[in-house]
Formats: sequence, structure tokens, C-alpha cells
Amino acid sequence: MITLSHYIVLGAILFCIAVAGLFINRKNVIVLLMSIELMLLAVNTNFVAFSRFLGDVSGQVFVFFILTVAAAEAAIGLAILVLLFRNRSTINISDIDSMKG
Amino acid sequence: MNPQLLQLICFYVFGFITVVAALSVITLKNTVHAVLSLVLTFFSTACLWMLADAEFLALALIVVYVGAVMVLFLFVVMMLDIDQEKIREGFVKFLPVGLIVAVAMLAEMLGLIGVKAMHAQVMGPDPAAAAGVSNTAWLGQALYTQYLLPFEVAALILTVGVVAAVALTLRQRAGVRHESANEQVRVNPRDRIRIVKMDAVRPAQPTPVPPQEPSS
Repeated sequence: MITLSHYIVLGAILFCIAVAGLFINRKNVIVLLMSIELMLLAVNTNFVAFSRFLGDVSGQVFVFFILTVAAAEAAIGLAILVLLFRNRSTINISDIDSMKG
Repeated sequence: MNPQLLQLICFYVFGFITVVAALSVITLKNTVHAVLSLVLTFFSTACLWMLADAEFLALALIVVYVGAVMVLFLFVVMMLDIDQEKIREGFVKFLPVGLIVAVAMLAEMLGLIGVKAMHAQVMGPDPAAAAGVSNTAWLGQALYTQYLLPFEVAALILTVGVVAAVALTLRQRAGVRHESANEQVRVNPRDRIRIVKMDAVRPAQPTPVPPQEPSS
């Protein structure tokens, strides 16, 4: 019998894996972007599970919007990455420090 | 076999594949392999969503993510020349911090959810089936009535995303000759050739130079 907690625990595990990925792949922008996608996936899983549990359609509509925004974000992020590689010939984070942040 | 037990077994199998694939996304050395395991993560999550009766979103996840976004990622990864060794430099250095933060967060979340609640909140009947429609119809009815304005805004966001991505990567190269259709259509014959009225004038006949006498 699948319960609500199964899905929430799975979402929590995915989210924590994504957070760990943000920490340990500090140099690789592409893996950082993929970790963000994993986080969004974890959140979406929670939305789907709660929508099913509460019988409310709003959760699934929200997942739809999150998918839209994530697709746009990935497209723009990769465009920035290509632009960065063209101008600096590197995507190493430690080389990109012209803003001294 | 009891169908609910079968569902539970399927959940554990897909969940295990999801977690293992997500772990390999963040640990694999080769970025192309990481993208491919992210595809596996999305695919098995789509299976999990299907177990939760969200068929439309599961298929949208496969079509939109596996079909479009991940291919875009693969394109970019293969296009850029990435130094694999240099990019892995901080891996061991940041590993303890990442592990501590992730494990602490997971422990907090699991504590919050409460492992005791594992057997309490059983999923009810499928709300779409209870309403007598398919999941797609159920979602579509809400999307096109209650959420029509946000739906249009989402379309606008996608358009802005496309325009921004193209505008960012479009490049005007100096020194490259290419024809501009705009200027070709707008061309005027008077810009190209100018007819000058003038009297016919015979140019003066040049006097032939007598051959030079060879000097003796």
C-alpha cells in the first residue's frame, strides 16, 4: 500500500542528493544546473503526491507551471553558459570571478 | 498477487532506481554520463508519477524533459570542450561538507515527516476516476477554466525564454560578407546607376609620335 509518506520521503532524499551535488560539484556549472533540475523534480514529486492524497487538482497544475519555468530556466542558463564559454574559453567557476562576489 | 502489494513493490523498484541514478548524476566523472543518468532519473520518476495516477504529467515529463531539455544539455556538454580533470578539483575537498549538510537536512526532513506516519496516510481513491474523467481531462478542465490566466502567463514566459536564449547566443561577426534580404528588396535602380546627359564630344585625335631616329 503506497502512502503519502513514501512519496514525501523519496522527495526529501532526492532534494538532499541535489543539495549535496551543489556542494561537491563546485567547479562544474553543468552539474550545478542538473542539481537544480533534480531539486525541482523532488518538489514536483511532492506536489504530485499531495495532489493525489488531497484529491485536489491544483497540485498538478502547479507541477505543470514548474515544468514550464524550469524548461525556460534551463534554456536561458545553457545560453548563458555557451556565451560564457565563447568569451572566456572556460566554464570553470573559479576562473569566473570578475564580479568579485 | 495482491495489486496493492504489486504497486508497492513497483514503487520501491522505481524509487531505488531514481535514487541511485540521482546519486550517479552528482558523482560521475564524465559529464555526458551524468546527463544520461539524469535522463534515467527523470524516466523512473515519471514511472513513479504514473503510480500516483498523474499520467499526463508523467508523459509531459518524458516529452519535455527527456525529449527536449536533456537533449539541450547533451548538445551543450558535447559542444563545449571541458577539461575533465580540472573540473573535478574540489570534489574531495567539498565532499565532507556536502555530505554533512545533505545528511543533516535529510535527518531533519525525515524527523519532520515522521516515520511513524508511514502507515497512516493511505492514498484515497483516484480523484480523477472518482469524478468520472481521465487524468488529462481532469487537469485540462482546471487549467482552462480556473487557471486560464496563469496558463497564458506560462506561455508568455516560454516565449520570453526563447527570445532571451536566441538574443544571448546570436552573434554578429565582423568581416563576414552575407547578403541582407532587407536591403535587397529595398534597392532602387537610381542608387545603382546614374545616367548623365552630356553632349557628344569627339576626343581630340592624338598626334602620332614619329619614330625616334636611331642615334648614330
